[in-house]
Amino acid sequence: MNAMTMSAPERLLDVKGLSIEIDTRRGPATIVDGINLHVNKGETLGIVGESGCGKSLTMLSLMRLLPNKIKVKSGTANFAGRDLLTMSKSELRKVRGGQVGFVFQDPMTSLNPVMRIGDQICEPLIYHKAMKRADARIRATELLRLVGIPSPAERLDAFPHELSGGMRQRVMIAIGLACDPELLIADEPTTALDVTIQAQIVDLVKELRVKLGMSVVWITHDLALIAGLVDRVAVLYAGTVVEDAPVEELFANPSHPYTRGLLASIPKLSDVAANRLSSIGGTPPEPGRRPLGCPFAPRCQLAEDICRQSVPPLEPLGGSGPHRVACFVAQRQLEAA
Amino acid sequence: MQGEPLLKIENLVKHFNVRLGAFGERGATVHALDDVNFEIIEGETLSLVGESGCGKSTTGFTILNLHQATSGKVIYKGENIATFDDKAMRPLRRDLQIVFQDPYSTLNPRMTIGEAVGEPILFHKLCTKAELPDRINRLLTDVGLPPRFAGRYPHELSGGQRQRVAIARALACEPKFIVCDEAISALDVSIQAQIINLLLDLQEKYGLTYLFIAHDLAVVRHISDRVGVMYLGRLAELATREQLFANPLHPYTQALLSAVPEADPVLEKTRQRQVLQGDVPSPLNPPTGCRFHTRCPIAQEVCAQTIPEWRQIEPGHMVACHMVPGGLHA
Repeated sequence: MNAMTMSAPERLLDVKGLSIEIDTRRGPATIVDGINLHVNKGETLGIVGESGCGKSLTMLSLMRLLPNKIKVKSGTANFAGRDLLTMSKSELRKVRGGQVGFVFQDPMTSLNPVMRIGDQICEPLIYHKAMKRADARIRATELLRLVGIPSPAERLDAFPHELSGGMRQRVMIAIGLACDPELLIADEPTTALDVTIQAQIVDLVKELRVKLGMSVVWITHDLALIAGLVDRVAVLYAGTVVEDAPVEELFANPSHPYTRGLLASIPKLSDVAANRLSSIGGTPPEPGRRPLGCPFAPRCQLAEDICRQSVPPLEPLGGSGPHRVACFVAQRQLEAA
Repeated sequence: MQGEPLLKIENLVKHFNVRLGAFGERGATVHALDDVNFEIIEGETLSLVGESGCGKSTTGFTILNLHQATSGKVIYKGENIATFDDKAMRPLRRDLQIVFQDPYSTLNPRMTIGEAVGEPILFHKLCTKAELPDRINRLLTDVGLPPRFAGRYPHELSGGQRQRVAIARALACEPKFIVCDEAISALDVSIQAQIINLLLDLQEKYGLTYLFIAHDLAVVRHISDRVGVMYLGRLAELATREQLFANPLHPYTQALLSAVPEADPVLEKTRQRQVLQGDVPSPLNPPTGCRFHTRCPIAQEVCAQTIPEWRQIEPGHMVACHMVPGGLHA
């Protein structure tokens, strides 16, 4: 993979060989297995996968926010020249909420219920930017206006419970953006919201990304949602990246059987309704019971002997280019063609 | 849609009285459902869509008399079941079943799958104890689970498998009508497709009628015969699937359809979205007139004053909007 970096644009975040383990009663079980991911400057990356595929844990591990029983086993995460996984805690504190903003899924549990939202937005400004409180409040008002909250000055003194779900998510985004981060990590930020509100948030992030020139990682289970939002997509399955491609390429030419299955199981609005959806049989493997070879092999209709014996590497489709896929069959089919 | 109505819903109203304030000193009324009229035709899938708090689940619950209706009628087999008490409802529960959203909290964790599926059969005395294991096996096979699962507990199953058990349980007493209350919303995409296919297969096999409550319009389009769009406790539009998706008349339906993302990056980049401003108002104090007028891009004065009439535009296509031809302001 290193040989392929060619005239690659500058990488803001470069995760290599990241493995995450969970302690269970039966011993450690691997949840994330040697993930390689990168985000270029100014790029929006979509990370797609079903529940339990390790997409959220991967991003939490970068901020060293993993729960107690879950640990990073190996790997590096290079962010702007430094390894997030080994840097000192004081350095890390400067990154969290400073250079990297985070928006979590559930705004009801990630906002402090007994703190006014103005104070919650000011907190990172005072901490990271050493702003005076009065200046921070002015900036907080600007941020609330930026994320589209009406009458922002009055809203500063509201408590989270006084806001609707969409408004709370906007506040979360305002906090994530407070210190002009180079990278915004959004973990399913619209999953708890209605479609009309979701459309508002998606438009907002698109607009801000251009305005502020930041990189964005958008974690989701919804392929349709990111189609119009991201530049590149990484598809995760059972803790590995199975396919990584520019968004148009991924939708036009999905190569991993899992990606194909995922795309085929989404009913499309523009389709003339067919009667049956194609579905992927079976369920993803549980951590600790991962199959020996390709993790998708037990559910894959194209699986061959080699798939059950060794793990396919994530390699450029056809030898070069930005479309990478971890599948023996897809790679061979292309060679044959 | 041709056919006999299985259920008729007439002027259905459901209000909840709540206490507000730190000490519950203020009383208020949640207008969860106001003046809802529609029919459910035997053998069809009727979907209700709308954003959270629009009353779609309340409609399902009130039809099944799980919520006591404030006023209005639910007519089943010539009788208004909205006024029935629990005891009078009991024999009808055989016919009218429900599958809930969350497969994790709807199954009793201390009951095996077999016990859970067998319970309604024993309750309605549909077979003898000796026949029961056979019957449970058949139900589990019907929903695509191996019969050996009968001895397992819910925690041993995945979300999709649990939802299959919940469906088997609803099927156990051979119902005519099943309310699927967001029955697939909590599942992953690949599993969701499995459950949708299962529901369609079962409908064909047993001639079931579904009231499908969902917020995912793409799924709704896939499985429904007719679709009703709700906003803040009222029906905004009701039409056949073809009519609604090809020719949405209510501005809210139009906005809702336009907010759904499409799994097509090329289309998404060029698509003009109509993004609604603001949030859904509180059902504690719903707007006057048309409840959508506070967010409606084409609202006029009359919309804030008069409640739009629920009227038919073409056969099978109902809408409540002043701005649609034939309305007060068109």
